[in-house]
Amino acid sequence: MSNSLTLLTFIPLIGAIWAALLPSKSTGQLRFAGLFTTLVALALTLSLAFQYDRAAGGLQFAERYEWIPSLHIEYYLAADGLSLVLLVLTALVTPFSLLAFGKGLSKLAVVLVLLLETTLFGTFTALNFVHWFFFYELSLVPAFFLIRLGGTPKATAAATQFFIYTLFAGFAMLLGFLAIYQATHTFDLTELAALARQEKLGHALSAAFPAFSGWISGAVFLGILVGLGVKVPVVPLHTWLPNAYTEAPAPVSMLLTGLLSKMGVYGFLRLLYPLFPGLMFHWQVPLLALAVVTIVFSALAALAQRDLKRIVAYSSVNHLGYCLLGLFAVAAATHADTVNRAAAMNGVILQIFNHGLTASALFCFIGFIEKRSGGLRGLNDFGGLREVAPVFAGLMGIAIFSSLGLPGLNGFVGEFLIFKGSFAIAPGATALAAIGLFVTAVFLLTLIQRVFAGPLAERWKAFPDLSTGERLTVIPAIALMFVLGIYPQLLIGLFNPTVLKLIF
Amino acid sequence: MDFLLIALIPLLPLVAAGLTALLKREQKALSATLVIGAQTVACVLSLWALLLAMCADNGEPGLIHEFVNFPWLTFGHETLKLGLLVDPLSGVMGAMVAFVALLIFIYSHGYMKEDRNYTRFYTFLGLFSGAMLGVVYSNSLLLTFVCWELVGLASYLLIGFWFFKPSAAAAAKKAFLTTRVGDMGLMIGMFWLYKAAGTLLFYDNGAGCLEQAALATMAKTLVGGLALSNIIALLIFCGAAGKSGQFPLHVWLPDAMEGPTPVSALIHAATMVAAGVYLVARVFPIFAATGTHSISLIVVASVGAFTALFAALIAVAQNDIKRILAYSTVSQLGFMMLAAGVGHPGVAMLHLIAHAFFKALLFMGAGSVIHGVHDEQDIREMGGLRRFMPVTFVTYSIGMLALAGFPVLFSGFWSKDAILHAAHLWPVSQLPFYMATAAAFLTAFYMTRQMAYVFFGQYRGHAHPHESPAVMTLPLVILAAAAILMSLPATPAWPAFEEFLKGEAAHFSLEGLTEPGFLQIALTSTAIVFLGIGLGWLIYGRKPLGAVDPIQTAAAPAFRALANRLYIDEIYDATVIRALHGFGSLAAWIDRQILAGIVSAVAALSFFVSAVSNGIDRFVINFGFDNSCNALREYGGAAASCEGGRVQGYLRLIALGTVILLAVIGWLLV
Repeated sequence: MSNSLTLLTFIPLIGAIWAALLPSKSTGQLRFAGLFTTLVALALTLSLAFQYDRAAGGLQFAERYEWIPSLHIEYYLAADGLSLVLLVLTALVTPFSLLAFGKGLSKLAVVLVLLLETTLFGTFTALNFVHWFFFYELSLVPAFFLIRLGGTPKATAAATQFFIYTLFAGFAMLLGFLAIYQATHTFDLTELAALARQEKLGHALSAAFPAFSGWISGAVFLGILVGLGVKVPVVPLHTWLPNAYTEAPAPVSMLLTGLLSKMGVYGFLRLLYPLFPGLMFHWQVPLLALAVVTIVFSALAALAQRDLKRIVAYSSVNHLGYCLLGLFAVAAATHADTVNRAAAMNGVILQIFNHGLTASALFCFIGFIEKRSGGLRGLNDFGGLREVAPVFAGLMGIAIFSSLGLPGLNGFVGEFLIFKGSFAIAPGATALAAIGLFVTAVFLLTLIQRVFAGPLAERWKAFPDLSTGERLTVIPAIALMFVLGIYPQLLIGLFNPTVLKLIF
Repeated sequence: MDFLLIALIPLLPLVAAGLTALLKREQKALSATLVIGAQTVACVLSLWALLLAMCADNGEPGLIHEFVNFPWLTFGHETLKLGLLVDPLSGVMGAMVAFVALLIFIYSHGYMKEDRNYTRFYTFLGLFSGAMLGVVYSNSLLLTFVCWELVGLASYLLIGFWFFKPSAAAAAKKAFLTTRVGDMGLMIGMFWLYKAAGTLLFYDNGAGCLEQAALATMAKTLVGGLALSNIIALLIFCGAAGKSGQFPLHVWLPDAMEGPTPVSALIHAATMVAAGVYLVARVFPIFAATGTHSISLIVVASVGAFTALFAALIAVAQNDIKRILAYSTVSQLGFMMLAAGVGHPGVAMLHLIAHAFFKALLFMGAGSVIHGVHDEQDIREMGGLRRFMPVTFVTYSIGMLALAGFPVLFSGFWSKDAILHAAHLWPVSQLPFYMATAAAFLTAFYMTRQMAYVFFGQYRGHAHPHESPAVMTLPLVILAAAAILMSLPATPAWPAFEEFLKGEAAHFSLEGLTEPGFLQIALTSTAIVFLGIGLGWLIYGRKPLGAVDPIQTAAAPAFRALANRLYIDEIYDATVIRALHGFGSLAAWIDRQILAGIVSAVAALSFFVSAVSNGIDRFVINFGFDNSCNALREYGGAAASCEGGRVQGYLRLIALGTVILLAVIGWLLV
């Protein structure tokens, strides 16, 4: 039994302590500490991804210790393809965000970002609910202070809203799991999934709560759905998101959209679907409707926004909606339909990664714009920037086209697989969801048109193009968009065996 | 067959584009060399591929499709493959695309020499060529779709090449979004096809989606009373209609003329806009799975015929030299769709290839004119240019005669006659035939009008017209030759082109010319063309032209409606676009007022509850508690004062108590 996952989880924590001990004025040392730590973590995740036995496909690198024996709570870590994708994403986006801070990097920011990375690593590897929930909720603390970094009253309000929203949603989920514990006496997610597969979980819940036997499973399911739905978020539980993404500094928005939102989707894949496949099948119509509403509503709302960050924020909701569509379609399919379930499930996981990469790149670019414009980021505040900043326009253009799902770039492949699978399973919902694809193209091309095309305004004559440092920050992400767009198997190969285990 | 070399055809321009993307603005010569060099090799390879398709022989009659399939990704236990395909269809189309693109790449060097972003221009051209050739040689609808979207991207980038012009940026966006509307249909069609056939490969040794087994399944499956093959075909046609500017998705193509003229020639006349027709020809087996009079083909024929006539009408009243040609392109694409719809994809392809040559010629001629009169595009500001630009004039005339369908010498005559002939023989309805004939008449008419305005009469502009340099005129001469030579394999006497696409050997026989119906059609269309040219000359050729069009004087409302493109754009603005933005605002409103409102209400409610409980605490609980405490303390104090500790006090109280007690007892006893 190796301890590499524990090591990985706590590397950022050690880095955070290191950074905390550094003098706050030495930005250089702080940046070094942050980058060094995150790059070590990246190297470790990559080596785990390479060591991972893809042919076997199940949970590996397991660590298991008793934690609170009287309550059957264990410290239980392991990783499969799904976890590894998220670990790699976390390890990539965190240094990306640190770099995006540029000169604005403070000691507090480094410490908080590293703490956040620890909670993310913990969430994506934990297999005992209590253990998982601990990291899942703990992430709120650094996230709360990161959103407040801007220091404006609006940022404080947004941070508070974010915190309370997700905390309450967490309670709903916690209550659900307490009921499950009451019925099964375990918090072990793999054991619970095994029970669910044998269709024993629902019976256990009914037996444990005889007075509510008719609807206890449904209530627990809804509690968990709401808890995770806020985090993703699902419309109509999303209203905290535009404020949080907009008021947070751009590098923090990168973390929020790139990583924190993924905790929600991850929860859908790791908790909700394995524990309640039957209920998800039973409630496929409302669930698919929920996904379609999330997709179409957020795209339309993005169309009406006039703030670049808000546009990308709503667009994020839209993109994660496709993940839900794919997952709900998987749950709605008959068991025998392996081809389409595998297609949609692979698409969902790929989309998680792609969205994390692309949306964080978009926020990074918007951060660069804000830095140049003194905080201005209205859709109509600019115009003709391509004239003076062609590299900026070109690279951001690539990220935008990745976001609207242009073939050849990463975004397309995930959406293709999701749509391939979902259309075969739920054609009506999928056809409606295609509206979202179109509307996304409308607002993203409008963004390019207003910001980069047209005559150059006098005030932006001196708008600087990307500096060398900024180019080095974004080019790895852009390069990865091409690589995954052309050769998606690189990533799919990592999690396809896990998908096959997930859908059986 | 060595498919690595076939793969190089699209890859070379693509890689060259990638390399030039890394170049600096000043490295003009290097970028042009890279892209033109790569395109030259691609062109040679495409001709070789055509030769392979021509010589392919497996000893059996019928079409030979040579293909290679390779895995792209694996999901579950399923491997998704892409593939490359060489057959007569892709051979012909690929050779045309690579050849016309090469000519236009060379021409662009002259046209764009002074442009600041010359380097970037070649990057985008390379991207376009690679993607377009990818569409052509693809053996998988998925790969086609991928390249199809990339072609759309290249088109977007090139229409908006002069991004500082708001009109160009708007036109680029409009083109991308309008075609994407169609692409939504194509995409859904693709997923449905994937579901129905289990593969997106066109040919795969019997397992492909264009092969018998899959076609038979799709033809048999009924969805809502329609054969599934027809539904899928119609969805795919949505994409084809978007790309090929068919009504009602034609609106983007005239606006696309905002791009530099070489772009209009290459993408928006010769190649990309024809991709829709090519796609229909490629997946024609799906359209025809339930027979050549299937509902999907009837729709294609109707849309094509309508578009041909509708766009030709609008072209009559346009004054921008490129817009006239753009509407003419829309109209000619309608002809091609009509040919495919009446069951003759080979005829559609014949017109596609012929049109590619003469329309590229016309656009490049128009570019030469625009260049010569210093960026003027209004034909009313031209006139008499034949004296200043003789080469352009002669080559442009050849293109014009080919487009108008002038008899015998010009390719357009034969290909258009083939379409009219096919439409005439269509048993479903004769209406498309009459619409196409009317469109043919209008074509001759508006092209004569344009010639009269541009090349005849007196020069009305204020520039100093001059002939263009050889780098621009040489491609014109080559294309003019092609516009004439394409007649050779197109005549009914030696229908080599069509037979080749069918996989049959062509025989030379003059009897083809006397085939029943053909002569009749040929004579009718000749009469129509002469009528169109004659009427055009009568109205525009004899008198000096002014600012007001003679037709405008004669029929002002009709002319105005046509000049305003029959208000289609305005109708879209007022309906679709307004509705879209309306829904956007509605969603944002719901978000702000209702959803966020509920959250605020919940927050307000919790504040209210806390305020109430605070109030209860302070004024009810605290008040009662405090009061009772106080009262207790007071009573306690009073009670305590009785227990002063002095004996006299106690005795006094005892005495008082005894007296009261005795009084009470006495009162009770009495």
